[in-house]
Amino acid sequence: MLQKLHTSGLALMIVAGFAAQPALAEAPNQILDSIQTAAKNTPGFKGFSAARGESFFKAKQANGLSCASCHTDNPAAPGKHEKTGKAIEPLAPSANAQRFADPAKVEKWFKRNCNDVLARVCTPQEQGDVLSYLLTIKN
Amino acid sequence: MSLSHKKLSGLAIAMLAMSLSMPAAQADDDDNEGRGSRHGKYGGEDRGRQVQPAQVNAKWQKECSSCHIAYAPGLLPAESWRKVMGGLNKHFGTDASLTAQENQEITDFLVNNASNRWTAPTAPLQISETAWFKRKHDSHEVPAAVWKNPLVKSPANCQACHTQAERGDFSERNIKMPR
Repeated sequence: MLQKLHTSGLALMIVAGFAAQPALAEAPNQILDSIQTAAKNTPGFKGFSAARGESFFKAKQANGLSCASCHTDNPAAPGKHEKTGKAIEPLAPSANAQRFADPAKVEKWFKRNCNDVLARVCTPQEQGDVLSYLLTIKN
Repeated sequence: MSLSHKKLSGLAIAMLAMSLSMPAAQADDDDNEGRGSRHGKYGGEDRGRQVQPAQVNAKWQKECSSCHIAYAPGLLPAESWRKVMGGLNKHFGTDASLTAQENQEITDFLVNNASNRWTAPTAPLQISETAWFKRKHDSHEVPAAVWKNPLVKSPANCQACHTQAERGDFSERNIKMPR
């Protein structure tokens, strides 16, 4: 009995250990799935569109900025911060395995960047369209 | 006996209070310039004796260097960092918000390692607004043409000339102005 408890406890610790590893973080498709779960609550939701995502990504907003202002028109290429000039790693998951791998990071940056570019948060529809577009890009 | 004990503990408390409220600038011993003025060097707007500790906070490093270099904590006084960290959702026109937990950890690091020579009652938000920065980057030190160089772009771009800025090293020998 004690032996059993010990073993299962160890197994649990190993699993917990793995879950904490960023290296085994979620795949971009899992992140897309959770965005879709949120988008499904919107009336009239008909799925995501990579084409719509691309237009959104490249469209200049009222302040003259777009996603492409920093990430460039080619999300597989490195970008540059519009204000500070700091180098930005490629955004497309095919070019950069660290992108769309950590849900908290995705949430943080969608909030920040949408506020900067659109002066509002992005809808799940917009987020899903953009990620669908980024997933079509081959490096 | 009990009276003298009381007196002693009162003295101890007073000394403790003094040491807590004593401006850290009194620890300044690496230069004499400006001594005698009421606030010390640069009117009391001086960067810390050591601008960046050898051991840095990993979250500060990662989060603050996302868009620009992680500016060394000793470049500004504690109150400046509290103000900066209290307004990250509108950080120089950009949303740089963090989770409450991240914000607390980074604020603690910045405040604990803020300038220990700052005695002025000021708390600027920009490093380039400080008296020490202006003096060190005036037209005698930095010709106007350098500021106009697109590689420099802005006074916020420390590493354009301070090649080791990301390590908190702003020493003269590591300055290389771009041509």
